[in-house]
Amino acid sequence: MKFSSLIAAGFALAASVSVAFAEDISGAGATFPYPIYSKWADAYKKVSGVGLNYQSIGSGAGRKQIQAKTVTFGATDIPQKEEYLNTNGFVQFPMVMGGIVAIVNLEGVAGGDLVLDGDTLANIYLGKVKTWDDAAIAKLNPKSKLPSLPIIVIRRSDGSGTTFNFTTYLSKVSPDFQKNVGAGEAVEWPVGIGAAGNAGVAANVMQTKGSIGYVEYAYATQNSLAWTDMVNAAGKHVKPTLASFKAAAAKGDWANAKNFYLILANSPGEDSWPMMATTFILMYAQPADTAASNAALKYFDWAYSNGGKMAEDLDYVPMPDSVIAQVRSAWKGIAK
Amino acid sequence: MTTISESSKKLDMALSKDRARVLKSLVLSDKLFSFATRAAAYAVLILLAGIIISLIVGAWPAMKAFGFEFLVTRRWAPQLEPEPVLGALAPIYGTLVSSFIAMLIAVPFGLGIAIFLTELCPHSIRRPIRLAIELLAGIPSIIYGMWGFFVLGPFLANYIEPSIVSAVANIPVLNSIFSGEMVSNLSLFNASLILAIMILPFITAIAVDVFSTVPPVLKEAAYGIGCTTWEVVNNVVLPFTRVGVVGGVMLALGRALGETMAVTFIIGNSFKISGSIFAPSTTISAAIASEFAESEGLHQSALILLGLLLFVLTFIVLASARFMLMRLEKRAGA
Repeated sequence: MKFSSLIAAGFALAASVSVAFAEDISGAGATFPYPIYSKWADAYKKVSGVGLNYQSIGSGAGRKQIQAKTVTFGATDIPQKEEYLNTNGFVQFPMVMGGIVAIVNLEGVAGGDLVLDGDTLANIYLGKVKTWDDAAIAKLNPKSKLPSLPIIVIRRSDGSGTTFNFTTYLSKVSPDFQKNVGAGEAVEWPVGIGAAGNAGVAANVMQTKGSIGYVEYAYATQNSLAWTDMVNAAGKHVKPTLASFKAAAAKGDWANAKNFYLILANSPGEDSWPMMATTFILMYAQPADTAASNAALKYFDWAYSNGGKMAEDLDYVPMPDSVIAQVRSAWKGIAK
Repeated sequence: MTTISESSKKLDMALSKDRARVLKSLVLSDKLFSFATRAAAYAVLILLAGIIISLIVGAWPAMKAFGFEFLVTRRWAPQLEPEPVLGALAPIYGTLVSSFIAMLIAVPFGLGIAIFLTELCPHSIRRPIRLAIELLAGIPSIIYGMWGFFVLGPFLANYIEPSIVSAVANIPVLNSIFSGEMVSNLSLFNASLILAIMILPFITAIAVDVFSTVPPVLKEAAYGIGCTTWEVVNNVVLPFTRVGVVGGVMLALGRALGETMAVTFIIGNSFKISGSIFAPSTTISAAIASEFAESEGLHQSALILLGLLLFVLTFIVLASARFMLMRLEKRAGA
């Protein structure tokens, strides 16, 4: 009796040790989803004992890391085209969505006091709308008293998924912006000051009177910056809320998006927020280390099932159930 | 007698054997020592060559794609379709102008402080001031960057720069150099000022050291014939220490050209060449620091080419300083 219980205790100990030493999942890439990935990872570690080692180094760097096979998954805010996925043997799926807002620093202007439309925002970033009391802004905000301060444009200095989604939106609403700047991670800005990272843009706007910048919504709320409302594709005045992000996300036609290649910019619908970003995961279809790949998939599976509430707490939008089902069937393409 | 001489002979032989052995071992350690020092010196050369070669290899695709156009192109559009357009003119301009302004401010201040410390300063406060300036050299550049971003930049933009702009608003040329079109916390001038503060201790510390090598008898003789302090400094101290002072200034210039972190924080990272020094700009090192991690392909190669250019630029500046110095010495000797 005594001996067998000793053996049982030994096994239990061994099991607990093996759980504690289970290898961490390794990933690298986009900074935008880092807060939610780490929150999920904390919760997941408690239930499974498996940790996550995520390097928040930017989408482009994340893609380089997964191409070099130094990590099990790469994270990118920019959906990758079929050609890239095929040449590298990647499977791509979306993980979580979020909203992008314009933030301003004007005396007496609080969050939601101002409203902009896509064309005006594009003209500000083109350097055509130069002062805050410009007719284009005044027309949208007849009740606000706007100062005659010059607009100091703040944008990213590093390549960025946020920039990609922001410029994709501006290119969609303004042919002028499309022609002169275009959409991309690192574009040739005609005006403005470059700041590194979402946090850098937020810090610069906080410091500079009369400035405007663009960040993921969470960075605006965390730093209590004044965001602006937007006029959306349907011509309606919308506020950046979880509800309007969700409304925009719901318009995404994921069912027909091959490899989940979909950019949620300027979504139709009366309640839709126009500037959205989706963050994607890249994994090998034929992973060199199937155990590590399976562990990562298990984590993502758990996050889809249990992470929705945590995502909403941080103002991210979880993927709709129909998309999750689609992703799970896409996982069949990854060798187990 | 014989026994004594014999034994002394034996002793001699033993001694000479010993001496040979000792000498032999000395030769060995001598050789080892000379080999070790030579290896250390050559290793630096090999390292330098390795860095240059790897820079050239990394920059090769960009060199092939852009050629000499790279040096005169003002645009920086890494994601332009179908082909990116990348040019180094804006970062080269920013690097040279920011270093130039920084030297313009730091050299007179640095030398002034050094003259004060060695010629005029009461003994009781000489040490504290020297210590403070040496501490300034020890502050990590990221701290300067943060301070510039949070304190100096807003202060200059809110209180100093607007009054400069309005003071010169009606003076041609000056009103475009100090244009108020976009005064913000982050600009070429603010970065230059931070650079000036950063290189000041180099200039001062070296100048103080070389000034104190001037033989007191020379100075005393000058004072004895009725020279003022200015005349002593100008006619005795500076000519005597010229080489050392220029060396210190060059060291400072080298640092200013390559300074990265603090500049990246406050220069505004904008690839635009503006006539105004209150406009945001970028430098070679700031461009590399802010874009390298997220760059791919030709874009990355162009950034490495920028690095190579900085290498060459620094080399040219330092070499021409050496050359100038040599000519100065020749003229002084003749």
